[in-house]
Amino acid sequence: MSELNLTIDGQVVKSQPGLSLLLAARANGIDIPTLCFHDDLKPEGHCRLCVVEIGPPGRTRLVNSCTYPVEEGLVVQTQSEKALASRRMVLELLLAQAPAAELIQKLAAEMGVYETRFKKADPQARCILCAQCVRTCREVVGVSAISMAYRTPKKMVATPFKEDSEACIGCGSCVFICPTNVIMYTEKDGIRTVWGRHFELQACQKCGTYIAPKAQLEHWAKITGDPVESFFTCRDCR
Amino acid sequence: MINQEKLDTILTRYEASSANLIPVLQDIQDEFNYLPKDELKLVAGKLQVPLTQVYSVATFFKMFSLEPKGRHQIRVCLGTACHLRGGQRLVETVSRRLGVETGHATQDLQFSLETVGCLGSCAQAPLMMIDDKYFGRMAVDKVPKILKPYKNQDQD
Amino acid sequence: MPKFETISQLEEYRRRLLAQRDAQAPQVLVCGGPGCLPMGSEEVAAAFQQELKQRGLAAKVILKESGCQGLCARAVKVMLRPREITYQQVTPEDVPEIVEETLVKGKILERLCYQADDGAVKAKKSEIPFYQGQHPLVLGKMDLIDPTSLDDYLAAGGYRAIPHIFGKMSPEAVIDVVERSGLRGRGGGGFPTGRKWRLCRQVPGDVKYLICNGDEGDPGAFMDRAVMEGDPHAVLEGMIIGGYAIGANQGFIYVRHEYPLAVKRLSLAIDQARASGLLGADLLGSGFNFDVKISKGAGAFVCGEETALIASMEGNIGEPRNRPPFPAQHGLWGKPTVINNVESWANVPEIINQGPEWYAAIGTDKSKGTKVFSLVGAVNNTGLVEVPMGTTLRQMVYELGGGIRGGGDFKAVQTGGPSGGCIPKQYLDLPVDYDSLQSVGSIMGSGGMIVMDEHSCMVDVARYFMSFLNDESCGKCTPCREGTKHLLEILTAITKGEGQEEHLALMEELCVTMKDASLCGLGQSAANPVLSTLKYFREEYEAHILQKKCPALVCRPLLKYTIDPETCTGCLACVRECPADAIRGEAGEPQELDQALCVKCGMCHAMCKFDAVKVES
Repeated sequence: MSELNLTIDGQVVKSQPGLSLLLAARANGIDIPTLCFHDDLKPEGHCRLCVVEIGPPGRTRLVNSCTYPVEEGLVVQTQSEKALASRRMVLELLLAQAPAAELIQKLAAEMGVYETRFKKADPQARCILCAQCVRTCREVVGVSAISMAYRTPKKMVATPFKEDSEACIGCGSCVFICPTNVIMYTEKDGIRTVWGRHFELQACQKCGTYIAPKAQLEHWAKITGDPVESFFTCRDCR
Repeated sequence: MINQEKLDTILTRYEASSANLIPVLQDIQDEFNYLPKDELKLVAGKLQVPLTQVYSVATFFKMFSLEPKGRHQIRVCLGTACHLRGGQRLVETVSRRLGVETGHATQDLQFSLETVGCLGSCAQAPLMMIDDKYFGRMAVDKVPKILKPYKNQDQD
Repeated sequence: MPKFETISQLEEYRRRLLAQRDAQAPQVLVCGGPGCLPMGSEEVAAAFQQELKQRGLAAKVILKESGCQGLCARAVKVMLRPREITYQQVTPEDVPEIVEETLVKGKILERLCYQADDGAVKAKKSEIPFYQGQHPLVLGKMDLIDPTSLDDYLAAGGYRAIPHIFGKMSPEAVIDVVERSGLRGRGGGGFPTGRKWRLCRQVPGDVKYLICNGDEGDPGAFMDRAVMEGDPHAVLEGMIIGGYAIGANQGFIYVRHEYPLAVKRLSLAIDQARASGLLGADLLGSGFNFDVKISKGAGAFVCGEETALIASMEGNIGEPRNRPPFPAQHGLWGKPTVINNVESWANVPEIINQGPEWYAAIGTDKSKGTKVFSLVGAVNNTGLVEVPMGTTLRQMVYELGGGIRGGGDFKAVQTGGPSGGCIPKQYLDLPVDYDSLQSVGSIMGSGGMIVMDEHSCMVDVARYFMSFLNDESCGKCTPCREGTKHLLEILTAITKGEGQEEHLALMEELCVTMKDASLCGLGQSAANPVLSTLKYFREEYEAHILQKKCPALVCRPLLKYTIDPETCTGCLACVRECPADAIRGEAGEPQELDQALCVKCGMCHAMCKFDAVKVES
């Protein structure tokens, strides 16, 4: 398929069709801040930080650049007053929602927002409901052990019935992906504890270093069809 | 304790597909008066959806309750017309009379009290429903009389 | 009811049906609509059935429970045909007299008739101002047919549009007719219906879907409920035509969970249509297959939004998604899908029957046809009305609505539900259409029209809507989830006398982001109730903030209740209800309200029948 032309911040750029405005901008050295976007996950476009202003003068509107597709002749402004004002407000709202989230403080400060005029939630709160943990568990790991529960007044990431999630394999991908360090795991004496469950860690049969929870290796074995023992050797020892 | 028979009756009505998750949950809610945890785990297995999806759906939609609802469900309308005609005061009166918070059931599970966004009979505001019965043009002083037959009925 | 396999079989059946029916035969139609049902319409109908049977008239007089007859303020209503006598506020006790005096003797019972301001008695529907200003198309069969009878629908001219198109009009020709009619989406978006159908038709693919959005969630709106319950076949007929036009063989009607009777009536209509060959395979020998299934909502206002509705039909939580792609391109199960509102579908058959020019001749330049509104709140004549687009607010409130109840003053009219705004007095002469309402900061929405008088506090109204929106917001995107939460916090504080001057500007700034950056229509329009009340009633906000007063005497923390010793009879009704034991006194003697204990719940004021409890701010 042939490339198309669009204008980003006054610059005419070429882009492959099917790309999002965000990726097209990045390919041309223009960065747009994001929170819920991750290269390995299907973009959901709900944090609303990546908004850009599109359209002809007098008839513009804001759209989130992570899902809006490139169009021939589209005029995009990534730093317009309207877009910046919305980004600042989104960050100000998140400062109130997750006062302890360092990433938010950093992004907000970069845009000149140092405090929030809104009532703050629990001072220790860090979750910004970006849902990267939920989406990773569902799309990448494939077990969907956690999900978004409730609606606005109580919306939260939770295990089913807020009890131990039987589907969890202890892989810790959610911990790794979380941008604001909400989810934690601890490891002690060969046991990893995450989301309230304890997972026995499997040691490498050759060198003895811990590889991953046994449950996680069993999950991989089920997917590939290989015997689970084949996963009991760490990468370095292979 | 899973009521396997009742659950099977419901599951056989629908094809085992994720598209039928909400209708299945609706039938379970209607049958059991709430969504029991163990039944939901079985549903996840039968319809081949992750338990997390079942839990998300069960907590997202207002009609579903993870706690048992009362034998008689009182819904007080707080739609705009009803709000303007004293809907809030009506809820407070019922709540006080029965000793139950909105969104919960009485200790003995006789009544549960909910507010609804709109029952669609706006010209008869303020409105409330007890089970299938509508009570229009309500006033706080009508409440005791209306509740009485339901209270007595369960005592017999 | 036979199964019709050809158009001529259907037409022959209709001919025989009409020949059998005597248009002059006496009929009693008891209104079973959303306004009359809670007021005992079923008991009235049962009383008629019994009385007619007892007097041996059951075979002579046709008794029906009809759809919504409109003037809900005067429930229970009964229409007597062929004279079109409209009786109001009928109780079962009135029935024997009605049968004796009116049916048998032909006399009119004036006490059951509408009375104009000058005392004149208006017995006939056509004489009553509430009905005179209307142009019933969608509501045209409401006081004519029994909605559970397919025969009634056929006799009233239903399913005439289907034979009109099969074999005679191509799908593109049908789309062309709908486009030229100017019909715009009646769910609130106002998107041109024909264009939506055309966009979907143009998408390549064998499998396409049609959805009827019956998730009428705006509090104060019950138009779609009345249509689904009162004329369900009209919805089906519209959908069959739509399916034919876009190339869809499967339709769904998504009905909100709070409307069990609508589900029942639609299910019956679907069964009847299938049994008579009007749904299913090879409709009337056309080669076109079409069927309809019902899907029930589970209690989420946000599922009125197209993509959230689709998500819930797919077994997921009702969270909207970003567009593009639009449902017409990528909808239910990824297939091209047209979603239209109940009222939009119900308009389609007559547009086919009478042609696009007929429809386009009604209404205004950019808003064609009629609109059904639920006219409720502080007017005398509350109920469902159908008027041509372009009717002014003044006509709606004062002519159809009969003016402000209790002789009060008009303060504002709220349109478009929680997504709309409050329109003040200076715009009473605004002709109602999509664009004019938008120009004053509101929207058409689904048709809720809530009239407010001086007893409504506009700050409280904004807080009320924000509470609703905060509860119904799905929580996916930051501006709506956090925005509705903080707007509610601030508005609540203002109603409690804890507001600060900076709050107004802060709310306005937040509203801009919600409008510009929210993911879906719910969030984008959530700011409207706040923005419109701030624009037109700023002084009321300032009174709450600067003087800690609520001029409309609604915000209870800002009120003071006292008992007037001159009027208090000591009946103790208030004492019994007071949750704080703040009222003391001897029985039969004037009571005293202890301000220190008073929690300002207002129960005493609500209970007092002697107007002895005074309230001030």
